[in-house]
Amino acid sequence: MNFDRVSRFAFAAALSLGFVSLAGLTSNRAARADDTKPYVIENGRVDKHVFNGYRRYGDNCLRCHGPNATGSSYAPDLTDSLKHMTKEQVEETIINGRMDVNTANQNVMPAFGTNPDVVENLDDIYAYLKARSDGALGRGRPKQIGEDDD
Amino acid sequence: MKPSKRLFAWAVLLTGTAGVLGAGAAYANDELEKMSQDPKQWVMPAGDYANQRHTKLTQITTENVHKLHPVWTFSTGVLRGHEGGPLVVGDMMYVHTPFPNKVFALDLNNEGRIVWAYEPKQDPNVIPVMCCDTVNRGVAYGEGMIFLHQADTTLVALDAKTGKVAWSVKDDDPAKGATGTSAPLVVKDKVLVGVSGGEFGVQGHMTAYNIKDGSVAWRAYSEGPDDQILFDPDKTMAMGKPVGKDSSLKTWEGDQWKIGGGATWGWISYDPKLNLVYYGSGNPSTWNPSQRPGDNKWSMTVFARDPDTGMAKWVYQMTPHDEWDYDGINEMILADTKVHGKETKALVHFDRNGFAYVLDRETGALLEANKYDPAVNWATKVDLTTGRPEVVAQYSTDHNGPDHNTKGVCPAALGSKDEQPASYDPQTHMFYVPTNHVCMDYEPYKVTYTAGQPYVGATLSMFPPKGDNHLGNFIAYDVNEGKIVWSDHETFSVWSGALTTPTGVAFYGTLDGDLKAVDAKTGKLLYKFKTPSGIIGNVNAFEHNGKEYIAVLSGVGGWAGIGMAAGLTGDTDGLGAVGAYKSLSNYTQLGGVLTVFSVE
Ligand code: HEC
Repeated sequence: MNFDRVSRFAFAAALSLGFVSLAGLTSNRAARADDTKPYVIENGRVDKHVFNGYRRYGDNCLRCHGPNATGSSYAPDLTDSLKHMTKEQVEETIINGRMDVNTANQNVMPAFGTNPDVVENLDDIYAYLKARSDGALGRGRPKQIGEDDD
Repeated sequence: MKPSKRLFAWAVLLTGTAGVLGAGAAYANDELEKMSQDPKQWVMPAGDYANQRHTKLTQITTENVHKLHPVWTFSTGVLRGHEGGPLVVGDMMYVHTPFPNKVFALDLNNEGRIVWAYEPKQDPNVIPVMCCDTVNRGVAYGEGMIFLHQADTTLVALDAKTGKVAWSVKDDDPAKGATGTSAPLVVKDKVLVGVSGGEFGVQGHMTAYNIKDGSVAWRAYSEGPDDQILFDPDKTMAMGKPVGKDSSLKTWEGDQWKIGGGATWGWISYDPKLNLVYYGSGNPSTWNPSQRPGDNKWSMTVFARDPDTGMAKWVYQMTPHDEWDYDGINEMILADTKVHGKETKALVHFDRNGFAYVLDRETGALLEANKYDPAVNWATKVDLTTGRPEVVAQYSTDHNGPDHNTKGVCPAALGSKDEQPASYDPQTHMFYVPTNHVCMDYEPYKVTYTAGQPYVGATLSMFPPKGDNHLGNFIAYDVNEGKIVWSDHETFSVWSGALTTPTGVAFYGTLDGDLKAVDAKTGKLLYKFKTPSGIIGNVNAFEHNGKEYIAVLSGVGGWAGIGMAAGLTGDTDGLGAVGAYKSLSNYTQLGGVLTVFSVE
């Protein structure tokens, strides 16, 4: 049994419930739900969703798309991709993957559909990427709202 | 005296049990060893069994190297990161590529015409389980065959003349995250091969296959029960003492060792006189140290094994309970040289963790461990009596715990040096080391294991050490005195294997694509040429029709291509300076090309 997983899961469930009941209210949460700006950033600090997205990105995507989602020698710069892709397209790509393998290319974007660390955190990963793509978030590890300075 | 007697006894024993095979065994060993001493050829990944990467050819010198120029080139038709280098056996050159792992046999008598080409059919789903690009570090030669270790872990034996498959075996399972990137090594009648997958929770192993038919001779895991790791509790030594029973199991919680990492994706060396093979194991899985209490033996370890049986003679663990991803897989250079004034049969190893280790390669005694980049800060020193590093609490990601961002650790996870092999000049007794000069913030967190999915559990950002804006150095290191002699700054990590000559030239490639020749005494730049792409391959030398040639693969990629394509940064140190944002993609683009140079 994995406590972390359970609590994270419970948290995600609570959040989506909260989201449903809060929809329409002009709160931070509602602002977050906005697809065009799915993140909260105050004074350069991010909410826990963007932070979680940053971490999940680091665990699952960084080794191909590079630090800060700016691309590697063989995988695209996602800060650029997200300027042209809809949320649905991004999610579809993450869930099902994509393959471009021929005599010239050996590019494979893996399917994460069976990876709970990714699937359960899809919104947060998207929020992080979108914030990077919009230029709302710089490079490196973001600070969380309420996190101590050091 | 003693070792050769033992060797003889073994040969007799083997001939007794398996007559024909025994005879072949002795032959393969002698033939290949002799070929490796012929400087005209380059018959194994590092040029020789000792992994010295030193040519004996003397045509190219400090005086004429400025006249060096490309004389022919060869495009591999593959784009991604090209590590390793070509072999030269007789009049043929063998060039390999990253996935799809093509092999080309080029006729040096016929302007490099392609005599045969081999391209395996592999499931492309192996690509995303390779941790850091689709690299391959080269083929091996032995008994008229070329051995290729494919991405999907297939080891295939090809007829060196025709490219026809003699046999093929599957070493492990990519569905569990095991992949093949390393170069095999032929030792006697066997071909040895390691495995990659430390980021996917493999149980690392080194396996010896019989050259004749590809059957398994032995397999030694990096962690597990004694019969799996091929340890004799009473005879296998660590720091001068027998390891005792269950030396690995005791250092893991429950059966975590089954997904414990310790991949063996680096280089292998061999001392025919001592009859020992040497290699290192990589990081314990996951990167989150608090999730795997204990020393996690024998990850991060130098192994000395008997190539006939696989049994471990001695081991030394460099980074017990790793907290930074400092894989111990870098090459083991075997050198007979002075250490603190004393003539020593040394094994010299520039580890990812930033320490240059010197051991007695017969006994495994630890003689010296010094930092080879002054930036190294995670440990103050290595205690030579216990063999353990003295870890600085501030930089201990285990001490600081999960969900805490440990800042400013040097070196970064890529190490002060990664797989890019160093060179040893037996005349000057100096080591020439391609290095990284990068630090990191490291934040571990809990992850769950799913077969075939990444098992990483840490996020990190990398940046140059405070006050610096170069990311690499090419250094000359003196083992006798335990110090850096000179150090040339490089804009990016030096991710290319070095080569030295008896005429005082040291060669290496740069990530932005230059092949460089420097004066081995001073580090002064003597020549450079910008190849078509960034160099992460190793520089080789060979002679054909009386002419000396230098050969190197370019083709940017690998971990360096991931980390540096778009530049590095940290959030800690006000690196507003343009220096930190220098991105490799502004200097070079993809593409595998072999470039061959000469001075005439
Ligand atoms: C093993 C390497 C690898 C990993 C890991 C990986 N990707 Fe990819 N990704 C690729 C490659 C390669 C492509 C381009 C595929 C192509 O050329 O069709 C790609 C494409 C994409 C695209 C489409 C970009 C575009 O411009 O069309 C998105 C979005 C994306 N990845 C997001 C992610 C996210 C989010 C993760 C982590 C959950 C991730 N990727 C993990 C290799 C990877």
